[in-house]
Amino acid sequence: MAKEQLVRIGSVDDFPMLLGKEVRIGDYDIAVFRTSDGGWYALDNHTPHKKGGPLTEAIVSGHTIYCPLRDLHIRLVDGRVMGPDTGEVRTFRVIVDGDAVGIELPPEA
Amino acid sequence: MNRKSADRKRLVLVGNGMAGISVIEQLLKLTNDYDITVIGGEPHPNYNRIQLSYVLEGSKTIDDIILNSMEWYRDNGITLHTGVRVTQADTERKLVYTDRLEPLPYDALIFAMGSRPFILPIPGADKEGVVGFRDIHDCEIMLEAAATYRKAAVIGGGLLGLEAAKGLVGKGMDVTVVHLMDTLMERQLDATAAEMLKADLEAQGLKFRMGVKTTELIGGARVEGLRFENGEVLEAQLVVMAAGIKANVEPAAASGIAVRRGILVDDSLRTSAPDVYAVGECCEHRETVYGLVAPLFEQAAVLAKRLAGDAEAVYEGSTVATKLKISGVDVFSAGEFQEMEEHTVLKLQDSWKRTYKKVLLRDGAIVGGILYGNADDSQQLAKWVKANTLMDADIHAALFGGGGCCGKEKKLVSIAAMDDAEIVCGCNGVTKGTITHAIRENGFTTIDEVKMATGATRSCGGCKPVVEQILQYVLGDRYHGAAKKEGICPCTDLSRDEIVAAIRDKRLTHVREVMHVLHWKEEEGCSKCRPAINYYLGMLWPEHEDEPESRFVNERLHANIQKDGTFSVIPRMYGGVTSPKELRKIADIADKYQVKMVKLTGGQRIDLLGVTKADLPNIWAELDMPSGYGYAKALRTVKTCVGSMFCRFGTQDSISMGIELEKRFERLDMPAKFKMAVNGCPRNCAESGIKDLGIVGNDGGWELYVGGNGGTKLRKADLLSKVKTDEELIAISSAFIQYYRENGKYLERTSDFIERAGLETVIRAVVENEENRSQLIARIEEALTHVQDPWKKTVHNETVRRQLFETVEVAPAAKQ
Repeated sequence: MAKEQLVRIGSVDDFPMLLGKEVRIGDYDIAVFRTSDGGWYALDNHTPHKKGGPLTEAIVSGHTIYCPLRDLHIRLVDGRVMGPDTGEVRTFRVIVDGDAVGIELPPEA
Repeated sequence: MNRKSADRKRLVLVGNGMAGISVIEQLLKLTNDYDITVIGGEPHPNYNRIQLSYVLEGSKTIDDIILNSMEWYRDNGITLHTGVRVTQADTERKLVYTDRLEPLPYDALIFAMGSRPFILPIPGADKEGVVGFRDIHDCEIMLEAAATYRKAAVIGGGLLGLEAAKGLVGKGMDVTVVHLMDTLMERQLDATAAEMLKADLEAQGLKFRMGVKTTELIGGARVEGLRFENGEVLEAQLVVMAAGIKANVEPAAASGIAVRRGILVDDSLRTSAPDVYAVGECCEHRETVYGLVAPLFEQAAVLAKRLAGDAEAVYEGSTVATKLKISGVDVFSAGEFQEMEEHTVLKLQDSWKRTYKKVLLRDGAIVGGILYGNADDSQQLAKWVKANTLMDADIHAALFGGGGCCGKEKKLVSIAAMDDAEIVCGCNGVTKGTITHAIRENGFTTIDEVKMATGATRSCGGCKPVVEQILQYVLGDRYHGAAKKEGICPCTDLSRDEIVAAIRDKRLTHVREVMHVLHWKEEEGCSKCRPAINYYLGMLWPEHEDEPESRFVNERLHANIQKDGTFSVIPRMYGGVTSPKELRKIADIADKYQVKMVKLTGGQRIDLLGVTKADLPNIWAELDMPSGYGYAKALRTVKTCVGSMFCRFGTQDSISMGIELEKRFERLDMPAKFKMAVNGCPRNCAESGIKDLGIVGNDGGWELYVGGNGGTKLRKADLLSKVKTDEELIAISSAFIQYYRENGKYLERTSDFIERAGLETVIRAVVENEENRSQLIARIEEALTHVQDPWKKTVHNETVRRQLFETVEVAPAAKQ
C-alpha cells in the first residue's frame, strides 16, 4: 500500500500561537492551529456547516475551535463538531521536526 | 486509559457499521469499563451507509460520509481490525475466530454484521456488471459502469432500488426499474401514493416495468440483459439487485447461536448464547428484521445501557418511518399505511399541487400515515405515530388546516395554541415541539440550556422572547426568568458586573489572567467570554494591549468575513461625503483587485466585496483611507442628510456636525456596533429614530435620541436631551457613549441597554448630574487618545501581515 506523503509547510515561526493559518497544497486547503499547550493540529479548511466557509479564522480555545462564521464548536483532535450541532471535519497529522513543520497527506490515488 | 487492562472487561464487536459503532459511542458515554476491539470486513472506517445514495448521486464524496475517522478509534483506545472476516465464536470458551487473527477472547460479544443485498438465485446472477447496492465498493462499480455503459436495470422498486435508479439516471444512464409488484414501495405506500410517486419519477427520467418477474440474466462474461418470465428481454449492461436484504448471520449460525431470518434476540438484545448480543440488520427481534436506520439506533442505545449495567433497559420494537431521499420527491411513511376496516381514515389529496396526505387512526389514536409531495410535517407525524397520540382538534388543524375557506388559520399568539411543529427559531429551524421536549426531558429552566441543546436563539436571537414564553408556559411557577443567576457564558457563573468589578478591583490585565483568577470552568474560555473579557479590559484600562486571539475574525482582520471566506472592505467616508478623486481611486482599486461587487451600504458608505484575505493589506495601502469600521463593535457610521449647506429646508449644518462627530468617536471600542445619524431638520431624512444615537437639528438647536434600532429588534429611539449649542451636543454625546461603554454588557446594543438601565437613570447620569457628566467626558477623552487606525497599523507591520494575512502555498510536488 502507498504510504502517506509528508509535505513540508514551513517553519515553526510561520505559525502564530492560537491563530489559524491557511495552508494550500495543490487541491488541499488546510487550516493549521497551534494550541497554548504546544499542540499542532490541521483540519480541512472548511466548516461542516451546510452553508460552508473557512475555519482558519476560528477562535481557538483549549483543544477546540469556534467556527468564525456560525460558531460551531469543533474538536481539533478529530474534527468532531460538538453539540448541539453535528458534523465532522477531516483532520491531518502535523509533524514537527526541529524547526520544520510538515503535514501528512493521504497517499496519492 | 484509567485502569489496568487486566481489570477491564473485553468487548468484541463484529461488524464496523452504523449499528455496532452506535453501541460503542453510546457505551463510551456511559462507562470506561471495557477494552474494545472492532472487527470490520470492509477496508474503511465506519461510514454512513444511508448516504451512499448521495455518493452515487454525486452530491457527496466517500470522505463526506465517513462517520468515525481512524483517529476516533485511536483516541478512544479502540482496537480496529479492518478487512478481517469473523468465522465463528466458541461461546463456551468465549473466543472469536477470524480468517487471519489469533483467536480473540471476550467477556461480551456483539454481532452487528448488517445485511447484504438479496441476490436473486437466477441464472446469470454471477455475471460481471451485476451488483447489489450496499457498500462503497458497489457504489464504485456503479459509478464506473455509468461512465462506460448506457443502459441499466434496477431490480426492485423499493426505497433502495429507487434511490439507486435515480442516482444512475443522474449519471446519464438509461435506467429501467423492474418490479415484481404492481405498485412501488409497497411496504411503505398505498396505491395512491405509489402512483403519484411513479408519475413523478417518470417525469425525472426513470422507466418502469411493473409486475414482471426476472428469470434470467443473459450475456457473456458481462451481463447484457434481463429475461422476464413472459420471455421478453430488456437490454442492460448494469444490473442492480435491490430486491431486499439478507441478514448476515453465518458466523453466528456457525457458532450454534439460534438464527431464523436474523440472529434471534430478546428484548435485551441477547442471543441464545450467554454474553453474546446482536444489533442492527443482522438480528431478528419479535419476528422483525429491520432494514432502516432508526430502529438500529434505538437497539444500539438499549444495548449500550445493558452493557453499562442497566438491567432495566429494554427494546420493545420500533415504529418504522421512512423518507425517500430523492431530490424533488418528498415521500414519507410511518407505521400502518394500508387502510383496514378498523381504521378511521383522514385523507387529503390535491392532484393539482400533487400532494397527498393520509393519517390512519385506531380507536382515535394515530397509528400511521403517508405524506406525499410535502413532507414538512413528517417529524411531527412520526412522533405522533410513535407515541400513539390521540387525534385532537389541534393536531387535526396542524395536519389538515384549520378549516374555513383559506386552509390554515393565521398563527395564534398564545403559546398554548401554537402548533408543536411550528418553527420558533427561523435561523436554526427549531420547532416549538423540540423546545418543549428539551425542557421537559432535561429539566431545563434557562434560555441558555435550551440554546445549548436545541440551537434556538443562537443566531440572531430574535426568537428569545418566544423561547422565554415557552419556558414560562412549560414550567409555570418554576420559571424564574431573568431573575435566576446566569453567568455570561457556560464557562462561569459570574455576571458581567461581577467580572468588570473583579478586573477593576484586582487590577487584572490579561484575558487569561481574568479566567484564571476568577476560576473559569473552561481554562481558555469560549467564543462568548473571550471577546467580552477583551472588551472589558480595554474599556477599564485604555492602555490595554488588544489580544487578537480573543477577537472575532472581523475585528481581528479589520474586515467583514463573507460566507465564502472572502472579505469586504469599507473605507471611511466621514459623514457619507466623498469626492470625484476619491471615487476614481476606489474604482481603480476595485478594478485592479477584481473585487466581486461594489455596493453602497445602509450607512452611506462604499463596500468592496469579495476581497481575498491576502489582498486586504495591499488594498488598504493603496486606498490610503482610514478604516470604515464596517466590521466593528464600535462607531460604524454617522449617517447625515444634506442639511443647511444645500437643502432648502435645512436648519442645521448636519453634514459638518456628522463629520465632526464621526472624527471624534471613530475607532473607540464599544460593547456592540454603534450607529449614529445627524439630521438638519425634523424631516429626519437620515433616520435618527432608529439609531443608537440620533441627532435632529431644529431652528433653535439639537435634539438627541438614544436606543433606537432598525435591525433585529425594531425600536424607536428615546429623547435623551435637547440642547442649544454644538458644544453641548458634543458633551452629552460623549457622556452618553462613555456611559454605555462602561455599563453595557458586551454585545448589548443600546436598544436593550436603555431598557435594562432605565431611561431615567441614563438621563440623570449623563445629562442632569453635571459632575458625573464631566467625569465621563474626561474618561472618554483619555480612551480616545489611545485609538489608532488599524489599517495603517497593519500595512506598516510586517509581522502582523505575515502572521494574520498570508496563506502558506506549497506546490504539490514540493515533497520532503
